[in-house]
Parts: sequence; structure tokens; C-alpha cells
Amino acid sequence: MNAPTKAVGQDEAGSGSHPSGDDRFARIDEAMRRHRFEQDALIEVLHAAQEHFGYLRADLLQYIAHGLKLPPSRVHGVATFYHLFTLTPRGKHTCVVCTGTACYVRGVERLLAAIESETGAVPGRTTPDGRITLEVARCVGACGIAPVVVFDGNAEGSQTAESALDRIRKWNDHGEE
Amino acid sequence: MEKNELVSLVEAERASRRPVQVRVCTASACLASRSREVAGRLRSAAGRAGMVDRVDVREVGCLRLCSAGPLVKVEPEGVLYERVGVEQADSIVGAIGGGRAEARIGDPSGPFFARQLPMVLENSGVVEPERIESYLAAGGYGQLDRVLRELTPEEVVEAITRSGLRGRGGAGYPSGLKWATVAKMPPGRKFVICNADEGDPGAFMDRSVLESDPQRVLEGMAIAGYAVGAEQGYVYLRGEHPLTIHRLRLAIDQARRLGVLGSGIFDSRFNFRIDLRIGAGAYVCGEETALMASIEGRRGTPQPRPPYPAQSGLWGSPTLINNVETLANIPAILREGAERFARIGTASSKGTKVFALAGNVCRSGLVEVPMGTSLRTIVEEIGGGAPEGRSIKAVQTGGPSGGCIPASQLDTPVDYESLKALGSIMGSGGMIVMDDRADMVDVARYFMEFCRDESCGKCIPCRAGTVQLHRMLVRIRDGQATRDELHRLERLCEMVKHASLCGLGQAAPSPVLSTLRFFREEYESRLTGG
Repeated sequence: MNAPTKAVGQDEAGSGSHPSGDDRFARIDEAMRRHRFEQDALIEVLHAAQEHFGYLRADLLQYIAHGLKLPPSRVHGVATFYHLFTLTPRGKHTCVVCTGTACYVRGVERLLAAIESETGAVPGRTTPDGRITLEVARCVGACGIAPVVVFDGNAEGSQTAESALDRIRKWNDHGEE
Repeated sequence: MEKNELVSLVEAERASRRPVQVRVCTASACLASRSREVAGRLRSAAGRAGMVDRVDVREVGCLRLCSAGPLVKVEPEGVLYERVGVEQADSIVGAIGGGRAEARIGDPSGPFFARQLPMVLENSGVVEPERIESYLAAGGYGQLDRVLRELTPEEVVEAITRSGLRGRGGAGYPSGLKWATVAKMPPGRKFVICNADEGDPGAFMDRSVLESDPQRVLEGMAIAGYAVGAEQGYVYLRGEHPLTIHRLRLAIDQARRLGVLGSGIFDSRFNFRIDLRIGAGAYVCGEETALMASIEGRRGTPQPRPPYPAQSGLWGSPTLINNVETLANIPAILREGAERFARIGTASSKGTKVFALAGNVCRSGLVEVPMGTSLRTIVEEIGGGAPEGRSIKAVQTGGPSGGCIPASQLDTPVDYESLKALGSIMGSGGMIVMDDRADMVDVARYFMEFCRDESCGKCIPCRAGTVQLHRMLVRIRDGQATRDELHRLERLCEMVKHASLCGLGQAAPSPVLSTLRFFREEYESRLTGG
């Protein structure tokens, strides 16, 4: 959806569907209403938007700015400040490699390099075919079972380059079926 | 809910217990090894064996020895099973009441557990984090109830002051003094914030406490609210940990439903509500002024202090900010009495400290010891030393704001002052063991890369300094730097340390300075002549 979104103020926000017909906008409305359209709830609303849309499209930021009566600069500023918010689409699968201290000490850098060369992905980016998003996490807090890799939201401990690559190859095989 | 209804709820919970409890750890690390499937299989195994009247399978919090998970503990027999697989469920159930299961048996009286003193973690691995009834049956909210009936707010602050409790988030500021400052501010809107933005890499203490015993932290917050005169609390939680968010959200809902949070708590005139605020991945938000900016929905950049949050914090109101572990100590201090608490630990550091022990160590997991326990006891006895017969080279404490303590100093007691004297800090409790393979220059570079990426960019010494320091460390590591560059590195460290606005920048050079102090030869041997 590239057309600029029609301005929706807070009076209208709860009143019905978005002009695009995308009912996920109703989820954003719901989050704003739950917080009584308080501007302080911006981060909560951005979380809700990302949860339902996968990433923060430019028109979503605009929509939220209107809804909370905030300057778009403020919304954009907050959305780009925090690492968890992403302004680009994610791949079909995500692979998050933990680079916390315990994982570092247990050789995660070698594991990460292996994944990078296998997939051609760079941390923070998605492969050109849109299949895999590779990310690094500062610490996922499961240090007792380091090194840890989170595949599609499931953390797996005691990883080696081999076990991680096996896992990723399975994604690729399924994609070709 | 009326008080007598709560009492009957607790009685019903106690009556529902079967003679044998099979406790399955469902904290993060064990969940990652599929402990929930194990719990399901144990339940169906008990059903097949016709033992549902005798055996209870409960999903509890952290059983602490993360490296041997999934962990299952059978009580009252006290048998601990390690690395439990789903296929072992029948055998474990079959061994109840005598017999030996075909599963790896751990040693609950071995050094890992015997040298610990669980206080903050007393309920961890015992109560069910997703059921408030379980916490109530363990005596939970008993202290909030008693405090509201028997003590004035001043007496609560007094008790915390006498206990000698110091903040467990890193800096070790006396908690009683902090509470007293907020309490003394004129009546009006005040806030209590639980700082659960545990961002240090290699630290998972707070996360484990919240995943294992979330109600305890809420009770601590409510007591703090009563003591300082606040009616609203916030828990600021990391967005990276979905399980912690889920459990805390559930805990708050359940507490509200039973009326242990809300209006007129325990038939008193005290009101207290708690809301959750989810961070979005910014390490700097662990700094209290940045954290408050984030709760207010803004970019998490720090502000100069004073004014301190205790005077002018969230939305300009007096605000008490305590770390998770600090708040989790409160119910135990009030129950045991300030004097008994103050007898644990050292002259200046009272009570216990929870550490997240990990890295090149045989047994890693959650460790709670009295303050003053030596590092050697923690890493060698509790942790079992480095694996594969290697030797320990250094122990890193305090994360990116801390330092590396060499093996020669392992007899140092862990207390705020001793660690500081070694150029490290207690920090929030991450403890990473490094073996003889560790490259200390690269360790310094690793932490500097972290600080460079996490610098919020507001002040120049931190924003530009961490970039320059990281570059220099890469050049030294790769053997491209001269002695002159090493001197510049040291000078820049001092500058960043003294000129940065907040703790992130001020402490960013610490890992460099501490490795320079104890492992200088690793830097010098790589310098080029030029």
C-alpha cells in the first residue's frame, strides 16, 4: 500500500474500517483506545502495530502519529531509536544469533560466520529471496546453555556451526518442495 | 475479594496437593530444551500408572542448574533428574516410592547446591509462576498483609534502612536511604518503578526471578508503594523476553483479580496498582532517567542528575526506582526481620547476591550466595571450574560496565567494595568464566563494540569515544598499533570515563582499563615498532 493514508483522527479511529480495507488497522486502533490515546503510550502502540503488520511501514507511523496527535518526527524518532522496531519487512524465517558474553566465550562468532557464508545474509538484513532474516541479539538470557540461536522464535541451546546450519538447510529444503 | 475468601483459597490450594510432587523446571533455559513436553509426558505417564491421586506434576520456575536441563525434581524424595528426555517420563514415574529410573540423577546435596543460600530464590523451583494460588499457599502476600495492619510507612522504611540492603542493580546505593528520600517528599502523586531492564549480556538473574516467582516482586513493589506513599507502580521489562512478559502480565492480572493489588488492599485504605511497560531493545534504558523517558513514550536518552528521580522523576513526580532483585528481597527482610538479614554478608554488603554463572565453567546456572563469598567458591566449587581440564584465566563481572578479574585474585570476597577495588563492579550479577584460551584484548574489544552500538548518541564523549576506542582495540588486536596508540587509548579511556553524561559512557572504558591492569602483556606483545 503506497498511497498516502487518509488522516484518521482519534474521533474517527474507533468508528470503523480503514480506507484500505485492512482490518489490522483496527488492532492499532484498539491499542490506542486501550491507552486512552495517551501520547505516552507510543511505544506500546508501536509494539502492537509491529506485532500485527510484521514491521513498521511508513504509513503505519503516519497513522499512529495522527491517532496520538504526535508530530510524525517524534514517532519516527522513537521507532528508529529502539532496536526491536524494524522499518523493513522480515523474511519468512528468522534466525537470531545470541552474541551475549557467555555465547561469545563459547565461540559464537565462528558459528555466526558459518551462517553468514551459508546463507549470504548479513546481520540485520533479509536474504534477497526474502526467505531468511538474520539477526544478532545482545543477549537472550539463556546463558546457561550457550551458545544460543533462536530459530523462528524458538531458542535452542548448545549450538554448533553444524547444528545451526542443519536447521537452516531444512528451511531451504522445505522452500524448494 | 474478601480476606476470608482468600484464606479459603489458600486452604483449597493446600488441600489439593498430592503426597508426591514432580516439579518440572519451566524457566527459559529448560523450556528451550523442551521441558514443557517433558511435563506433559510425565502427566500422562502418571495417568497410565494409575497414580493421579498420589502424584502431582507441577510446572515450576528455575531449578538453577541450567547447564543440566531440563531439570525435574521429585519431592519429598528430593531426587533430581538432569537432562530429562520425554522418553524417560514413564521410568521416572515408575521410580516414585522406590526404584531407580533410567535417567541421569543429579546431586541436590552436591557443591552446586550446598554452597548456596537461597533467599531471593527461596520459591524458585518450588512455586508455580503462572498460578498466584501457589505463591499464596507458600505464604506469599503475608508480609504485605502484616505491614498494612501493623506497621506505619515510616516503620517500613526504618526496617529497610536497618537491614542494610543495598541496590542490586549495580551501583549498590543504600535502599533505605532511597526509600526515605521519596517518602519524605510532600504527599501527592508518587511512583514506584521496578527496573527489570536487564540488559547486560551474560546476565539472567532478574529474568529468572521474574519467570520463577513474579508475585514476590509485585509484593515487594506494593510494600515499597505503601512505605513511600505511592499508589502506582510500573514494571519496565525488556521486550526481548516474551516468556517473562507473559508471566508478569499473568501475575498482575491474577493479583488484581484477587484484590491483593488494586483498591483497599487487605481491607486497608491502601491502593496500589501496577502496570507493565515493555521496552524495545535499548541497553541505555537500564539507566534510570533514560528508563523514565522510555516509560513516557520517548526516546530513551538520559538526563543530567540532579534532580534525582527521588525528587523529580516520572512526569516530574517523586519516583522510587529499584531493581528486581532488590524488590524481591523485601518480603524476606520483613519476614525474617532486619537484624537477621543484616547478620548475613559482610560489614558493608548485607544479605545475599544472585549471580548468573556462565561461560567456560562446568556447571552454569543461577547461584545465590551470601555476600562475602569468595569468587573461588563460586567459580570452582559451585561452578566446578573450567571444563575439559582447562584452567580459569579470568572472571568477568558487571558486564560492559565491569571488568575482568584475573585468576590470581579469585580469593576476593564478592562485595561491592572489594570488586570495585579490583576495577570491576558487582553489577547486576552476570558472572562469566573465561578459560586459558581467552584473548583479553578481544574481550575488551567485544565489550567496546557493545557500548559503541548501545550508546544513545546524546553526549559526544560516549558517542564518538566508543567508536574511536573500538577502532584502536581492533588495531591493537590485529597487531597494527604502535606504543603511541596504546597511550592514546589509555588517555581516551580516562576522557570517556570522566566526561560522559551517564553510567553507560562513564563505565564503557572499564573492561579496557581492567584488562590493561591485569593483562597488559597481551596488549604490549602485539604492538608494532613504528
